[in-house]
Amino acid sequence: MENTIKKVLLLGSGALKIGEAGEFDYSGSQALKALKEEGLETILINPNIATVQTSEGVADKVYFLPVTPYFVKKVIAKERPDGILLAFGGQTALNCGVSLYQNGVLEKYNVQVLGTPVQAIMDTEDRELFVRKLDEIHVKTIKSEAVENIEDARRAAREVGYPVIIRAAYALGGLGSGFCDNEEQLNVLAEKAFSFSPQVLVEKSLKGWKEIEYEVVRDRFDNCITVCNMENFDPLGIHTGESIVIAPSQTLTNSEYHKLRELAIRIIRHIGIVGECNVQYAFDPESEDYRVIEVNARLSRSSALASKATGYPLAFVAAKLGLGYGLFDLKNSVTKTTSAFFEPALDYVVCKIPRWDLGKFHGVDRELGSSMKSVGEVMAIGRTFEEAIQKGLRMIGQGMHGFVENKELVIPDLDKALQEPTDKRIFVISKAMRAGYTVDYIHELTKIDKWFLQKLHGIMETDNELRACPDENISTALLRKAKSQGFTDFQIARALGMEQRMDSEDAILKVRNYRKSLGIVPVVKQIDTLAAEYPAQTNYLYLTYNGIENDVNYLGDRRSIVVLGSGAYRIGSSVEFDWCGVQALDTIRKEGWRSVMINYNPETVSTDYDMCDRLYFDELTFERVMDILELENPHGVIVSTGGQIPNNLAMRLDAQKVHILGTSARSIDNAEDRDKFSAMLDRIGVDQPEWSALTSMDDINAFVAKVGFPVLVRPSYVLSGAAMNVCSNQEELERFLKLAANVSQKHPVVVSQFIEHAKEVEMDAVADKGEVIAYAISEHIEFAGVHSGDATIQFPPQKLYVETVRRIKNISRRIAKELDISGPFNIQYLAKDNDIKVIECNLRASRSFPFVSKVLKINFIELATKVMLGLPVEKPDKNLFELDYVGIKASQFSFNRLQKADPVLGVDMASTGEVGCLGEDTSCAILKAMLSVGYRIPERSVLLSTGGPRQKVDMLQAARQLQKKGYRLYATGGTSKFLAENGVENTRVFWPSEEGHPQALDMLHNKEIDLVVNIPKNLTAGELTNGYKIRRAAIDLNIPLITNARLASAFINAFCTMSVDDLAIKSWDEY
Amino acid sequence: MRNVTLILDDGTRFHGQSFGYEKPVAGEVVFNTAMTGYPESLTDPSYAGQLMVLTYPLVGNYGVPPFTMEANGLPTFMESGKIHAEAIIVADYSKEYSHWNAVESLADWLKREQVPGVTGIDTRALTKKLREHGVMMGRILFDGSKDDAVVEAEDYEEVNYVDRVSCKEVIRYNEGAGKKAVLVDCGVKANIVRCLLKRGLEVVRVPWDYDFNDLDFDGLFISNGPGDPDTCDAAVQNIRKAMRSEKLPIFGICMGNQLLAKAGGAKIYKLKYGHRSHNQPVRMVGTNRCFITSQNHGYAVDNNTLGDGWEPLFINMNDGSNEGIRHVTNPWFSAQFHPEAASGPTDTEFLFDEFAKLL
Repeated sequence: MENTIKKVLLLGSGALKIGEAGEFDYSGSQALKALKEEGLETILINPNIATVQTSEGVADKVYFLPVTPYFVKKVIAKERPDGILLAFGGQTALNCGVSLYQNGVLEKYNVQVLGTPVQAIMDTEDRELFVRKLDEIHVKTIKSEAVENIEDARRAAREVGYPVIIRAAYALGGLGSGFCDNEEQLNVLAEKAFSFSPQVLVEKSLKGWKEIEYEVVRDRFDNCITVCNMENFDPLGIHTGESIVIAPSQTLTNSEYHKLRELAIRIIRHIGIVGECNVQYAFDPESEDYRVIEVNARLSRSSALASKATGYPLAFVAAKLGLGYGLFDLKNSVTKTTSAFFEPALDYVVCKIPRWDLGKFHGVDRELGSSMKSVGEVMAIGRTFEEAIQKGLRMIGQGMHGFVENKELVIPDLDKALQEPTDKRIFVISKAMRAGYTVDYIHELTKIDKWFLQKLHGIMETDNELRACPDENISTALLRKAKSQGFTDFQIARALGMEQRMDSEDAILKVRNYRKSLGIVPVVKQIDTLAAEYPAQTNYLYLTYNGIENDVNYLGDRRSIVVLGSGAYRIGSSVEFDWCGVQALDTIRKEGWRSVMINYNPETVSTDYDMCDRLYFDELTFERVMDILELENPHGVIVSTGGQIPNNLAMRLDAQKVHILGTSARSIDNAEDRDKFSAMLDRIGVDQPEWSALTSMDDINAFVAKVGFPVLVRPSYVLSGAAMNVCSNQEELERFLKLAANVSQKHPVVVSQFIEHAKEVEMDAVADKGEVIAYAISEHIEFAGVHSGDATIQFPPQKLYVETVRRIKNISRRIAKELDISGPFNIQYLAKDNDIKVIECNLRASRSFPFVSKVLKINFIELATKVMLGLPVEKPDKNLFELDYVGIKASQFSFNRLQKADPVLGVDMASTGEVGCLGEDTSCAILKAMLSVGYRIPERSVLLSTGGPRQKVDMLQAARQLQKKGYRLYATGGTSKFLAENGVENTRVFWPSEEGHPQALDMLHNKEIDLVVNIPKNLTAGELTNGYKIRRAAIDLNIPLITNARLASAFINAFCTMSVDDLAIKSWDEY
Repeated sequence: MRNVTLILDDGTRFHGQSFGYEKPVAGEVVFNTAMTGYPESLTDPSYAGQLMVLTYPLVGNYGVPPFTMEANGLPTFMESGKIHAEAIIVADYSKEYSHWNAVESLADWLKREQVPGVTGIDTRALTKKLREHGVMMGRILFDGSKDDAVVEAEDYEEVNYVDRVSCKEVIRYNEGAGKKAVLVDCGVKANIVRCLLKRGLEVVRVPWDYDFNDLDFDGLFISNGPGDPDTCDAAVQNIRKAMRSEKLPIFGICMGNQLLAKAGGAKIYKLKYGHRSHNQPVRMVGTNRCFITSQNHGYAVDNNTLGDGWEPLFINMNDGSNEGIRHVTNPWFSAQFHPEAASGPTDTEFLFDEFAKLL
């Protein structure tokens, strides 16, 4: 190892976004662990405050600053690190690093890039260099041409022949890319791609080829290994992040497997990677022909998956190699005795399935393609493919029970749906098989390899056998077969028709007890990297029905504490709950208990087997959790640090006499059940917005007549689009309910009074036996109406009345006492003129726990876990709650990935991630936070269309500030007039539906606008269309867009009153 | 599918279903952790006398390629003319297969060649058993058949399997091509022959105990093969004779490593459960060069007994065992692993280049 390196800077990936998510928390955390082991001083720049890597004790110094060349340079100038790691923070870190290298910053400050040299990174990122590089060693790439204008794009497409694929160079996860069958489609896509990058690639499409990936590692002595290969279930044409992925490959022969392996090693050597990289191939299903799709010279989503799939810690090893070690110097971290220079042998199969949340977006294009839309993923492990895929389909958490026995999908045209895959693709296959489609025909339409389809068909056949069983009379052999193919007790009960005769939960228990009486129970197997060849003390476990013995000896000492994880990242639940879970595990370990985690998300730190004493990489269903608890016999279970999934299991686990630590299941139910909670609030005299669950249009109208518009409408059965909506008039109400929801006796609609211009306030707290011991009150920048997960949150609150705070504390204490809370909880309040109403109460950790814990520097989860363990906890000193700085949590949106989705915020959450930044005051913090989530300070011109009269007034001050600062203002009709009347000079622009020039859309396309503030007036049809076009154009053309008046004002105020140069470059511990 | 039972020598029973030919068999039970390559492994003569357990559970996915022969008499896709393993034992046999080059299923092939296949076994539990106990003899019995109990296994260590699988006549490849290599066939894999031919050599393949010293040749190659190297004394004597010519290049693989080591005076011992996999790490002694190798051996050369003038060439990075030897002054070297791969990683094929260069 090169001992000149003493201090290392690591770049994180910032907020979670589509294409760049939790996997980089995992890889960064591993790298920091590796550096720490070497005794190096570590500095981390990452504004993502909810991550594990930004927790105390991981890096020596943390900067919650944007990962951009400007800020990174400032930190380098201040900290003067010897080395920098660029490969652990996704494309964000890589791009930033390349730019620092090109600008000479790294050279100037004498910072050595550790691991893969920057030239090698550029050789893989620039398509033309890449192709040339691979040509040198006669490795085939996809023929593509880099073009810099649209005419050349058209010519190139004609030359290679349609269909072609368009990609933007230097873009993460296929951003701005897509397939074009003709020139018309090319024109649209190419323009968009050019807005992301000056260089666009036109290449021949190889739709229908297999997609295969290898994870390759190389040390500076030129030793190479491929840690894992993976095969996409979906053929080429669907982004690998959108595809079901199987590891290891299933349909490759030895010669094919090793041909691609050999190529991968030849490529990594020629490019000169030191560390880890990923090679993606297109592979002909009819010969051994191949093309290299791309090489990622960094840790990636796939490498995180490969690490979890094999137990080989790629990021950890890559970091060590970056420091100069050889692979032969390192040990296999699972066996601890054998070498890290080896290739894992799996004795199980792994299946990754993406999780989409397209239902949350208005108007989004649901078709899957070459650009990524999924927001999370799961990994399922089994000893048969059927077992793994059925587990995985449950894990994605969208109400599916596996491949069969799901709620019937309504698919008007099956052939079309098979040909044009959407997020429902695999369930469409299920439906087609049920409808009698043959494997051959489905293969013809989907090009999915027949092996996968045959396996799925086998599941369908077993299901048919189950359905044919008369009167629940099922043979032991069939029951065993069904379980070995991953059927749950529920699927079996449903196939047997038991649901018609009894409550489904009773049916599940009946099947469970019956199979247990026959000795049909799952066994626990270890993931040991060597397929049992060497003894391994590994704690990395999964359950399977395809085995006869457990690999673990259970001591039955009741010293285990089981923490239930948070499952797939999704909109509304992501890395923040991973942080909570990891903090709980840490505390459990520190207090001398055996920490046990159940979770199945390969992107997380909580599923790193180093983080706990036992990791069950398995489902969080009632059935599987019970299976594990029956084996573990734990002291207790923690359900309050993993978000809603474990929270929802509380009642059923409690019914099975499981010891739930902390707040009782009954209290959880009392908070979750709307009626019970409401009754309780009435009883203790706490106010809430009026609401009612209604089953007919007449009842709804009567309720609205009483409370008045606007109202918040939450249907229990959603036909399409978002689940919740605010309706401000009769027309909107009827349109929403008729189009989007089904109102009936069976499917009531909850209608609540919606209070306008109210502040939303959050209370995050920890209580012990009903007494609040620590709390954090934070305020939303936006008024109520923006989902708390999308809102910009300020902590400590800067603009709340003392009386409001006092009342909130008081009410929180009463609720904590009434529900006898022991553990974490969160209450959301509406505050208007000191009038406080409770909107929601969760008896679990909330999304904002890491944020408030890190701003306050009091670890709420550690406190809560101690409480749940029954340990004495002292109230933190009151002075600790007095801060002389401000934290801002801002949301990251991924609308640029979600084609056609309306980028407007509402009561349903739409953000995919968040950052948290610290500053001396609100302006400092908000500027850092907004820059961290991708906003840019406008250079010259701003387009304003500021909604209704009230919002126009709200925005007036900001408009004046902009004008004073010398910005050119453009405004649409009403806004223009209003501004002029109030003495703000501006140029009127025209809506798409209006005649006249200049047209707003033209100005956007011509790059004449640097910031768009577009505030929707209401939900009327015309407003939606006009505003939608502007908003969507801003997103597609990569122009910053704000749709909320309060947030726009705060941001504008910040950049008008201070400059970026004024921002203090201070690490977390300096506040 | 008929139920079958695997009975190990220590009495342990594993229950599964038959998917191959229905014939009770016995043999040494060994496990292989490779994730691909069942057609190559089954036809590898080194598996003679063994019941092959695959730890990767899903087997049969890509079917079986056609058993065609090339003009030179070598099979196109296989490693020899037939299946040599006594049986194959897996966790989850895939009835359906999918591959452009497949002509039949694994089950059909096994039936055609009268080799049993067992599925539904907890191969991880079985592997752990073998790991802890060491390799054991085992029998596969079919439920309901009467003559079951009479299947008695031969003692693996007593049988000269090399003699059973070696060619019986001298076979010549690429006659007149150029430099001539004698290949001592102890059960050679076809890909070794292919690797030599690919380098423009003429290959004279001789039976394992054939005294080749009277032939006119430029280099000596000693192949892989099954069983206990101590049963191959005739080969060792012939190699010793050849070593009188100090300039004669000699290269050995697997069994060839052991026979060369024996000829040089070293001793061989049996490993507890052998190395059978595609992921064995080896390091070239005295260098930072490491390789992932394909292996299939139950015996190893004892590093401490190497004769004068010999030194280890490769060492296993997991357990420190010998993975190859070389002579300090003479052009003699060998590898315990399989540089010809098939199946397995191809990282060490350069050893054939080095041999060819010496000739």
